[in-house]
Amino acid sequence: MSRFSKKGKKGVGEINTASLPDIVFMLLFFFMTTTVMKEVNLMITVKVPDATEARKLEKKSLVSYIYMGQPLRSFQQMFGTEPRIQLNDQFRDVADIVDFIAQERDAMDENDRNKMTVSLKIDADTRMGTVIDVKQSLRRAQALKISYSARKVEEL
Amino acid sequence: MGKRELSPINAGSMADIAFLLLIFFLITTTMDVDTGLQRRLPRLPDEDQQEDTSDKIKERNVFVVLINKNDELLVENKPMDIHQLRQKAKDFIANPNNAENLPEKEIKELPFFGSVYITKNPVISLRNDRGTSYGMYIRVQNELVAAKQELRDEISIQQFGEKFDELTEDQTEAVKHYYPSVLSEAEPKNIGGK
Repeated sequence: MSRFSKKGKKGVGEINTASLPDIVFMLLFFFMTTTVMKEVNLMITVKVPDATEARKLEKKSLVSYIYMGQPLRSFQQMFGTEPRIQLNDQFRDVADIVDFIAQERDAMDENDRNKMTVSLKIDADTRMGTVIDVKQSLRRAQALKISYSARKVEEL
Repeated sequence: MGKRELSPINAGSMADIAFLLLIFFLITTTMDVDTGLQRRLPRLPDEDQQEDTSDKIKERNVFVVLINKNDELLVENKPMDIHQLRQKAKDFIANPNNAENLPEKEIKELPFFGSVYITKNPVISLRNDRGTSYGMYIRVQNELVAAKQELRDEISIQQFGEKFDELTEDQTEAVKHYYPSVLSEAEPKNIGGK
């Protein structure tokens, strides 16, 4: 039992924790630089459909988002329960999309403009009518690269 | 004597502060990656280019998929269950038995493959109603993309012993010519009323 008594402990010294702050700071900086703060406050419910063939979207800086779905309950009195379009932090109409795309494109680096991708985050219960309208205005805005946002699943 | 009173700052709590910040960033970080089906929309037709060239495509080269407002499928004028769609689309794109009603085939010269007997410009046309649900639309798109992907994987394994995604750039290009991307985002037409 003398093994566990304090007197027997002689060889093991205390671990030097002086470098602990450095290690933690390193981790901290890693997370600080990789963090993407949530950009938009969603005011609608968006549950994107599942797909087995969904691919990862490269280069987040080249992606603009268009959200569509039923307004959250707190907004339903003002905006109704029909699916609505949200661009950035506001409810918008189909007619605003062309301006929105132009604005997003202006904010981009000149070389990247033709690589712009529009990610459509659309609720699975939305009717195609509005989606078609959105697609048509995207064509009008010359934003032809799109991605139907979907959750990657192994099997449907 | 004044110098002596400057005792070193106790840095022992530095780690705690850093940990606190670290944990804050850890929980606010969203690591979610956006995934989706990537597509390219066709250009809007020019004003002076009114003539529709799509009519010239022979009927046997077009695979028409209609979805109505009740999310039911009509494939080549026959109602169909979504589970059969993938196989049907694969048969259409490859036309392995050179059937009369499936796309025409031609002999083509491709790098890596040599001369091959493949289908000539098959087109899958997906049309939907304004009342179709988006979920169903994506499911059908997914099946059609999966059909193409499976065919490409099959031929890649046969030729190079690897799946399509693991091929080199040149090989990818060759396989893409073997089985081109065929899905057309058709001009919206109102089918079956609202």
